[in-house]
Amino acid sequence: MNSPNDIHPLTKKDFESDQDVRWCPGCGDYSVLAQVQKILPTLGIARENFAFISGIGCSSRFPYYMETYGMHSIHGRAPAIATGLKLSRPELSVWVVTGDGDALAIGGNHFIHAMRRNIGLKIILLNNRIYGLTKGQYSPTSEMGKRTKSTPMGSIDRPFSPVALALGAGATFVARSVDSDVKHVASMLERAAAHKGTAFVEILQNCVVFNDDAYGALSNKATRADAGVFLEHGKPLVFGKDRNKGIKLSGWSPELVTLGENAVSEADLVVHDEKAANGGLAFFLSQLENPQFPVPLGVFRDLEEPAYEELNKAMAEGARATKGPGDLGRLLNGGETWTIK
Amino acid sequence: MNAVLQPKPNYIVCDGNEAAAWAVSLAQVDMVAVYPITPQSSLVEYLAKFIADGRLGAEIVDVEGEHSVLSVLQGATLAGARTYTASCGPGLAFMFEPYMRTPGMRLPMVMTIVTRDTLTPQSVWGGHQDAMSVREVGWIQIYCENLQEILDTTIMAYRIAEHHDVMLPVNVCHDGNYLSFATGRVELPDAAEVAAFLGQRDVNWHVALDPDRPMAVDPLTGGAGGPGPALFVRYRKGQCQGMQNSLAVIEEVHADWARRFGRHHAPLVEAYRMDDAELALVTLGSMTGAAKDAVDEARARGQKVGLAKVKTYRPFPAKKLAEILAPVKAVAVVDRSVSFGWNCGPLYQDTLAALQASNIPAMSCIGGLAGADITITHFARVIEACAELAEKRSPVDTLWLNEHD
Repeated sequence: MNSPNDIHPLTKKDFESDQDVRWCPGCGDYSVLAQVQKILPTLGIARENFAFISGIGCSSRFPYYMETYGMHSIHGRAPAIATGLKLSRPELSVWVVTGDGDALAIGGNHFIHAMRRNIGLKIILLNNRIYGLTKGQYSPTSEMGKRTKSTPMGSIDRPFSPVALALGAGATFVARSVDSDVKHVASMLERAAAHKGTAFVEILQNCVVFNDDAYGALSNKATRADAGVFLEHGKPLVFGKDRNKGIKLSGWSPELVTLGENAVSEADLVVHDEKAANGGLAFFLSQLENPQFPVPLGVFRDLEEPAYEELNKAMAEGARATKGPGDLGRLLNGGETWTIK
Repeated sequence: MNAVLQPKPNYIVCDGNEAAAWAVSLAQVDMVAVYPITPQSSLVEYLAKFIADGRLGAEIVDVEGEHSVLSVLQGATLAGARTYTASCGPGLAFMFEPYMRTPGMRLPMVMTIVTRDTLTPQSVWGGHQDAMSVREVGWIQIYCENLQEILDTTIMAYRIAEHHDVMLPVNVCHDGNYLSFATGRVELPDAAEVAAFLGQRDVNWHVALDPDRPMAVDPLTGGAGGPGPALFVRYRKGQCQGMQNSLAVIEEVHADWARRFGRHHAPLVEAYRMDDAELALVTLGSMTGAAKDAVDEARARGQKVGLAKVKTYRPFPAKKLAEILAPVKAVAVVDRSVSFGWNCGPLYQDTLAALQASNIPAMSCIGGLAGADITITHFARVIEACAELAEKRSPVDTLWLNEHD
């Protein structure tokens, strides 16, 4: 049978709403929006089966600009609302768009439970390491010592790594990209879309007004090859302008090495395995940060596990198979009684 | 003859959020916990700056949400700290669980509500719906009209909250946008005089932790048949009594402020041009400025109109309001929020309750929702409708402003 998309193939335009996009000129959110709108028509899903749920913050304006179902919900609660939606309509492709404040400060609880539950949500976290909508206070991903309007003497809060947090909460799909590399963003979103269960994508996103250049090294053409390392399944961690640097495991710690020096070859490097059942490697990678190490970009982990909505359906069907269809009248008038002594 | 030299007043130019921050600084609070939210954010940024500058020796902590903000402050207040926060709208909603627990524990906190309309549709603009939604929870609620009143009242709020006959948390409300960002001249009181006004720091309140008297706070009360409900009733009655006691304390504190600083703000209800008035407006917050102008214009036309501005909203100063409104023929109450289920404004309902022994007809007007401006022209319409009510004396529908104008 033809799907509606076969009859009227969808294009990027079909996912652009009539709303003027109102992020600051130069905001990294534009590139993410464009990539999302670009990949959705390729997924073979009818437009009415997409829903975009957001919380509060600059990133959370996202649903306004999508010509899909959507909701601009409560601060931090988008994963909870999306969970309700996905459970009641498992056939929908449900996306959550959030930020470092929304997901990790006020919404931290819902975020970790969405990760551990492995429900079929695609969660995009636009991490600009600042509260943008309230005009520039530090966020849970702001670095120690950061001076903002709310931390005039420098932040003394230790920041979260969203990737490490997601891994720690048991996420089955965790990826990272950077807004300036639009092709990579698109490829990570495609991988997330194909994943069963909760798919988490952190996108390092520049806030041009309140935290400009937070990812300068990763975005600048001259430095980015040395500032980041692309994770590829089954391949060693090689990076650098001349592709001659790598990450080696030294005890339990990472060591930066140069290929060809001290007899180091590719065979000595850490080989990425996104399917590893043990989360140790993914967590090890999540600890690599600029400037000592390159920032890993790509899929940290991609496991095949049953999704919550599948288990939920199986549980209900199993109960019906063993006990027959429910009968409220019988339950209310049933003989299951007990005596309080 | 020797002239007595008055110290030169120290004027600053600031907005309402900064005025509140100056007050908190002058009150020398010990602990501030915050989460930014529009239109409150700049207020806590001023506080962060005052602390960084060494002007205020308080701890400040930015936590992960408003629920934690008030929880952090409960811990601090239990340890005897003088505490402060500010919030509004959805932030206040998220704070609700610790918010409803604070008055029962008799913790004398002060919190500014930079009033904002509530969802839905999403709105970041001014309106009283947030503060009105928590009006029955047991916090004292005071509304300010202008910048000076914000500064003075926020300082006074500590003396009210910490008074032994009261020991209740106080919300000082100022209107989002209209007062939070409006800029004007404000007189800054002298720090030493404010310290003298607030008096000796006293932490001997109901549940302040005391090493000589160790206790666990807020245990679960037992159910019917045991001593639980009776204990609960005593707590509830005590809270109600503290609320009622605060009426006199609020008056006394305002009077002392006037004596020391020369500025008198009506503590409960301000009567404006009420002598010989036949019609009266009842207002709350910053709308009062435009309403007073409309009253002046109506007076110039020969209409006998006056105004009652409710400053202290919880506890409701029913007796005072009834006294002020007693001589008029009709009353129009203007709310910047609605009471769902009654199809009118909440201040209108309170006014009806205050007027129940009289025979004065009243009407509800709702305006200023989601940041809409209630202009002098709007108040002229309200006065007209009130005049009609005085003549016909038959019940009228709620008048919705800003829907088409």
